[in-house]
Amino acid sequence: MLGSFGGLFAARQLVPGGADGPTPAGLTAIALVVAGLAAGAAAGGASAFAVERAAYRPLRRRGAPPLAYLISAIGASLFAYNLAGKEFGRQSVPVPELFTDGPVLSVGSVAVSTQSALIIGVAAVMLLGVDRLVSSTRFGQAVRAVAQDAQTASLMGVDVEKIITGTFVLGGLLAGAGGFLYAMTFNASYTMGFVPGIKAFTAAVLGGIGNVRGAVLGGLLLGLLESYGGYLLDASYRDVIAFGVLVVILLARPAGILGARAVRAA
Amino acid sequence: MRATVGASRSGAAPAARAGARAATCPCVLGLLAAVVTGPRGDGDHPWRGVERSVLAPRIAVFAVLVALVVGARTPAGRVSLAGLTAAARRRLTPLAPLALVPAGARAGARAPGRAWTARRAGPGAAFVLAALAPLAVSRAGQQSMVNDIGLYALLALGLNVVVGCAGLLDLGYVAFFAIGAYTTAYVTSPTAMPWHAPFTVNPFLAVPFAVAAAALAGVVLGGPTLRLGGDYLAIVTLGFGEIVQLLANNAGGITGGARGVFGVPPLSVSLPGLHYAWGLDPLPYYYLLLGLVTVVMVVFGRLEAAPLGRAWAAVREDEFAAGLTGVRTVRAKLAAFAIGASVSGFAGVLYASKQFFNPDSFSLQASILVLTLVVFGGRGNRWGVLLGVVVLQGLAYALRGIVPPPDRYIYFGAVIVAMMALRPAGLVPAPAGRALPRSGPPVVPAQPGPAVPDPAVTP
Repeated sequence: MLGSFGGLFAARQLVPGGADGPTPAGLTAIALVVAGLAAGAAAGGASAFAVERAAYRPLRRRGAPPLAYLISAIGASLFAYNLAGKEFGRQSVPVPELFTDGPVLSVGSVAVSTQSALIIGVAAVMLLGVDRLVSSTRFGQAVRAVAQDAQTASLMGVDVEKIITGTFVLGGLLAGAGGFLYAMTFNASYTMGFVPGIKAFTAAVLGGIGNVRGAVLGGLLLGLLESYGGYLLDASYRDVIAFGVLVVILLARPAGILGARAVRAA
Repeated sequence: MRATVGASRSGAAPAARAGARAATCPCVLGLLAAVVTGPRGDGDHPWRGVERSVLAPRIAVFAVLVALVVGARTPAGRVSLAGLTAAARRRLTPLAPLALVPAGARAGARAPGRAWTARRAGPGAAFVLAALAPLAVSRAGQQSMVNDIGLYALLALGLNVVVGCAGLLDLGYVAFFAIGAYTTAYVTSPTAMPWHAPFTVNPFLAVPFAVAAAALAGVVLGGPTLRLGGDYLAIVTLGFGEIVQLLANNAGGITGGARGVFGVPPLSVSLPGLHYAWGLDPLPYYYLLLGLVTVVMVVFGRLEAAPLGRAWAAVREDEFAAGLTGVRTVRAKLAAFAIGASVSGFAGVLYASKQFFNPDSFSLQASILVLTLVVFGGRGNRWGVLLGVVVLQGLAYALRGIVPPPDRYIYFGAVIVAMMALRPAGLVPAPAGRALPRSGPPVVPAQPGPAVPDPAVTP
């Protein structure tokens, strides 16, 4: 529960990490993308590790109230993205366009650009990977055990601290890779992480926190709502529609779409 | 601690490893400090700033600092440090009476039997200090004391009722501020917004409208959403805040849109024998805000000890148990939402009457800032919240002259992280056991609830 919260809030400031990928030239586009993804993921993972150490672990040691984590994460995020702004400049950094050729796929009047196909493909691979990681590896099992009851998990021999750090790094890796893909489409800037971070949190809650498939469903739903809502009404109202539907869905299903049981915080 | 254990257990290698481990943290912090305070880079030379921070003579300053910190943390260093602090304490003893003011205030708040003077001395001194403070700063400082401290103190005190007293995480709190401000524009001026009331009133008379509108919005938002808990409530309130801001921004035909709202008349009093108008001078606004904050502090202080306040504490500590003991949890939570919203709406009136505002003022960042102020100061403790506002906003103002404006958020963020790591419950934590009344009859139930089971309480 806290992991997802923290991971998502951490994700917010990690996203700029993806910005430093595609500076070298001369390689093929694919190699560049792979390098960029790797660089973004590495930067994201490393900063997630640092954030966990600096902003979460001391609080856990002192048994801080849950809100303190949120504020600490906000502080870390302010620190990180403003430092990034200072070091990398506050102007938006253009990311060179890698795929200038036409659509890779056309169905009727719908054309899918190479870049979109690439983003969808990478996202699908990462999602399947995380789903398998969480559902059927020892690490995933330990993560779920810690999420359910950290104390019991530690009595069963799970190194809780290690698992929490691992979860943060995993979240950072994904967010960093995501940040690279985002920057390919929207360019990179030091504040680029804020809105996606909030949207990611929203999507996770919408789908049901602690549920990988729910998060995917929530993300898809939120994206579709924004796109179609903006199309049907006015583009400036798309967030109104997205958040309005979110409120209605949560009222009908207080634990998210795929959240089976209500999470009782006590 | 780890270092000493490692050293005593066996030979030199583990001791060296433990020493290296103990040195890692200061080294990393030192490097970070060097980069933070170092020269900047830009989009074309992203690593230049880092390089010039680390590969420059100034790194030596930080190296010395790190060495001092590491040295102080070794067993020998610790002993000498303890001696130093003891000596310093001895020398500072004559200054001890200076520390009495907050101590007296705290003792007064805790011990019911204390004399009247002791209980009043702290708040009184704080009031006098707050009243004299603006005379010592520049006009820009006064402006900041109005906009950044006074208004945010009102907002933070209101949010403290929701987050601190009742334990409900509200991420869309600034929406009520917006509702208050737009309501004021609606009823006070025929020109400020395209959409306006058929009548115009003095901004002071807009207060009931704005407070009612904000409280109503609080109930409308709270009514259906309060059965959600934790993160889910946070997201719904966040969504509400976003919707309000987006509507204010997009509905140009009604609110004036992104252009903002101009020309809400300034506050003025016009009674027989008393005419006064608040103009551009920040000082009168400051004293008005000081008065209002004082009123809010007193009222909320009474409220915390009242049945409603104790019902909030019960809901915050364990909602389930509170419900079983007869607290009407939904009603208590709704009341918290409505009261928090009305304070915010009230602050909106003052904000609107300062000539100009636009939807940017009501962003999610503003909500997060208010929440940060509350938690930083110590949620659930209104004195802590007030202190948090003064410290953090004062820090932001003080940094304005020292570092480039956007860079001050680096320091701001670092202070918040350090604060949460050192004092997770905030600057002045709420005393434990607040659920019990601090004066009054010795034994009362958490709510003078029904002795006979009330059919409305539990189905």
